[in-house]
Amino acid sequence: MDSEGTEVTIATDNPAATPTETRTPVLEARRLVKTFGRVVGLDGVSLQLYPGEVLAIIGDNGAGKSTLIKCLTGAEIPDEGELFLDGQPIHFRRPQDARAAGIETVYQNLAVSPALDVASNLFLGREVRRSGVLGSVFRIMDTKKMRKQARDELTTLGITTLQDVTVPVENLSGGQRQAVAVARAAAFGSKVVVLDEPTAALGVRESAQVLELVKNLRDRGIPVILISHNMPHVFEVADRIHIQRLGKRAATITPASHSMTDAVAIMTGAKVG
Amino acid sequence: MSNPTTSNPNPQTKPTAQTSPPTSELDLAQEFLHRTTPLTRIRGLLHRYPALSPAVVLVLSIIVFGIINPRFLNPGNLSLITQQVAVVGTIGIAQTLIILTSGIDLSVGAATTLAGLVIAQTASANHVPWPLALLLGLLTGLATGLLNGLLVTRLKLPPFIVTLGTLSIFTAVLLLYSNSASVQGQNLPGPITALGNTFNVGGVQITWGVVVMVVLYAIVATILGRTAWGRHVYAVGDDAEAARLAGIRVQRVLLSVYLAAGAILAVGAWVLIGRVDGIGPNDGTATNLESITAVVIGGTSLFGGRGTVWGTLLGALIVGVFEEGLAVAGLDVLYQVLAVGILVIVAVSVDQWIRKVRK
Repeated sequence: MDSEGTEVTIATDNPAATPTETRTPVLEARRLVKTFGRVVGLDGVSLQLYPGEVLAIIGDNGAGKSTLIKCLTGAEIPDEGELFLDGQPIHFRRPQDARAAGIETVYQNLAVSPALDVASNLFLGREVRRSGVLGSVFRIMDTKKMRKQARDELTTLGITTLQDVTVPVENLSGGQRQAVAVARAAAFGSKVVVLDEPTAALGVRESAQVLELVKNLRDRGIPVILISHNMPHVFEVADRIHIQRLGKRAATITPASHSMTDAVAIMTGAKVG
Repeated sequence: MSNPTTSNPNPQTKPTAQTSPPTSELDLAQEFLHRTTPLTRIRGLLHRYPALSPAVVLVLSIIVFGIINPRFLNPGNLSLITQQVAVVGTIGIAQTLIILTSGIDLSVGAATTLAGLVIAQTASANHVPWPLALLLGLLTGLATGLLNGLLVTRLKLPPFIVTLGTLSIFTAVLLLYSNSASVQGQNLPGPITALGNTFNVGGVQITWGVVVMVVLYAIVATILGRTAWGRHVYAVGDDAEAARLAGIRVQRVLLSVYLAAGAILAVGAWVLIGRVDGIGPNDGTATNLESITAVVIGGTSLFGGRGTVWGTLLGALIVGVFEEGLAVAGLDVLYQVLAVGILVIVAVSVDQWIRKVRK
C-alpha cells in the first residue's frame, strides 16, 4: 500500500508515448479501482483510447488486464474511478449498457453460442424482427434479413472462409469462430471494439487473419483495444501499448519508442517506464 | 509473423475459388483434420437435426411391432397409443423447455396434478363456473412455475435440487388440499372433461386431448424456432455465460421458461382430467420421470441448448409404441419397463456421441 504513491506518479508522469495529446479520447478511464475480497484487481488505473487507434494492453498474468477491460465493457463494475465516453461521464452496470453505448467486446473465452448458427450468433441479443404484425405482435424474427446482413458483414470484413452463415458455430475451426466473434463486434461496435486475447488459441495463419481484421477495423475508423500476451502481434498492429503491472499502469509506450525487450522489461518490473 | 500466406499478395493471378494461396503442409494438415467418414457424416446430420434419430426409431419400431403382430397396426390400437401419450406428451413440452436451458424439472407431474385438482375441486365442490375453474388451474400452474423459477434464478440453486424439493412440496400440498380424495368425472362440468371425448377420422378415434397436445406442440415449436425468445432459450442452455456476455438477460429468460412450463402444465392438467375422466392425487405422479424419458429419447440433450419439442413428441410416441407393442406381442409388463430403460440409456449414449462433433 505504501508504494502506491510512487507507482501512480510513474503512471501519470509517463507521457512517453504520445507527446501532448489534445484530442478527446473516445474512451477514457480515470483511476479505476476494483477489488475482489482482499485481492486488488485494479489499483487506480487510468487509460485513454483515441480515435482511430489500436491500443494494446499487455501485462503478466494477474496484472489486471482482464479486470480492466471488464470494467471498460460493463462486465464488472469498478469500485472507484470514472469512465468517459467521448468526454461524457458514463456508468455501465451490465454488458448491455456498454453495448448500447457502442462498445463491443470479444471475450477471451469466445462468447459465442456453439449450437447456434453463424447468423444467429452475429445477431444474438439483438435479433431483427419481421415488419408488420408478425414482428410487432407475434415477435417473429426476420431470419432471411439477418442471414443476408450477416453475409454482407463478413464480406465487408474480408472474411472469406465463412460462406455459409447457417452452419452451427461448433462446426467451425477456432479461427473461424474468432472471426464470427470479431465480426459481431465489428458489426455493432460503433464506437469501440475490445478484443481480449483474440489470437491466444489460434494457429499462425488464423492469427494473421485476425490481425488483418484488427487493422481492417482501424481503417474503418473504429478504435480497437487489444489485450494480448503475444508481443510480435502487439507490435505488429498497435499504435500505442498500455502496460499493466500488479494492478497498475506501469507505462504507455509506442512500438516506435520502445522495443519488445523494453516492453517485457517494464511488464516484469525489470525496468521502469 | 512474416507469414507470406496472409497478405494475399496476388489476388489477380489466382481467380479460383480458393482465396488464400494453398501452402502445402498447413492445408494438408487441415484437410486431414476435416476428413469425413460416413460415420462422421451421419453424426453431423444427427447433430444438425436432433429429431432425426427418434423419427427413425419410431418408424422402425412401428414396422417391427407390426411384423411381430399385425394386430398392432389396427387403427384402434394406434389411436389408443396416441391417447395414452397425450398427457406425457403435453407435460413433455414443459420439460423440453426446461431441459433446453440445461435444467431439469422433477416436479412436473406433481404440479400438473395440483393444477388438475384445483380445476376439479373448484368446479365440483366449490361450484365455480368452468372457465373460472380452468383459469384457476392456469394460475396454479403459473404459481408452481414461478416458485421453481424464482428458486433457480434468485437463490441460484441447481434446478435438480429445487424441483426435488418442490416435488415433495407440491405433493404434500395436493394431498392436503384434496384430502387424498379423487374427483369423479361425472361430478364435473362437461367442458372440463371434454378433452377425453373422441371424434372420428376415417374410422380412427381421436381424443380432443391429442388435438390440444399437437396444437400446443406447433405453437411452442414456432415460438422456439422463430422468435428471439426461443433463440435465447437455446443460447442460455448452450452456454449461459456466453449468452450473458452477448447481452441476454439470462435470469429473466430462465424465469420466463419456468413460467411458460407452468402454464403448459396447467394445459396438461386439463388433458389429464379428460384422459382419466376425473382426477386423483396419484394420477400425474408417473409423469415426473416419464416426461424426462420422452425428452431424452426425443433427442434433446440433457446438457441443454440442443433439441426440439417435436423430438419430445416422437420420444413420447416411441415409449407408447414400445409399451403397446410389447403388450400386443404378449410379453409381461415388466419387459415394457425394461425396454424403456434401455431406450433411455441408448438415447443418452447417442447424444454423447453426437456431441463429440463439438471440438
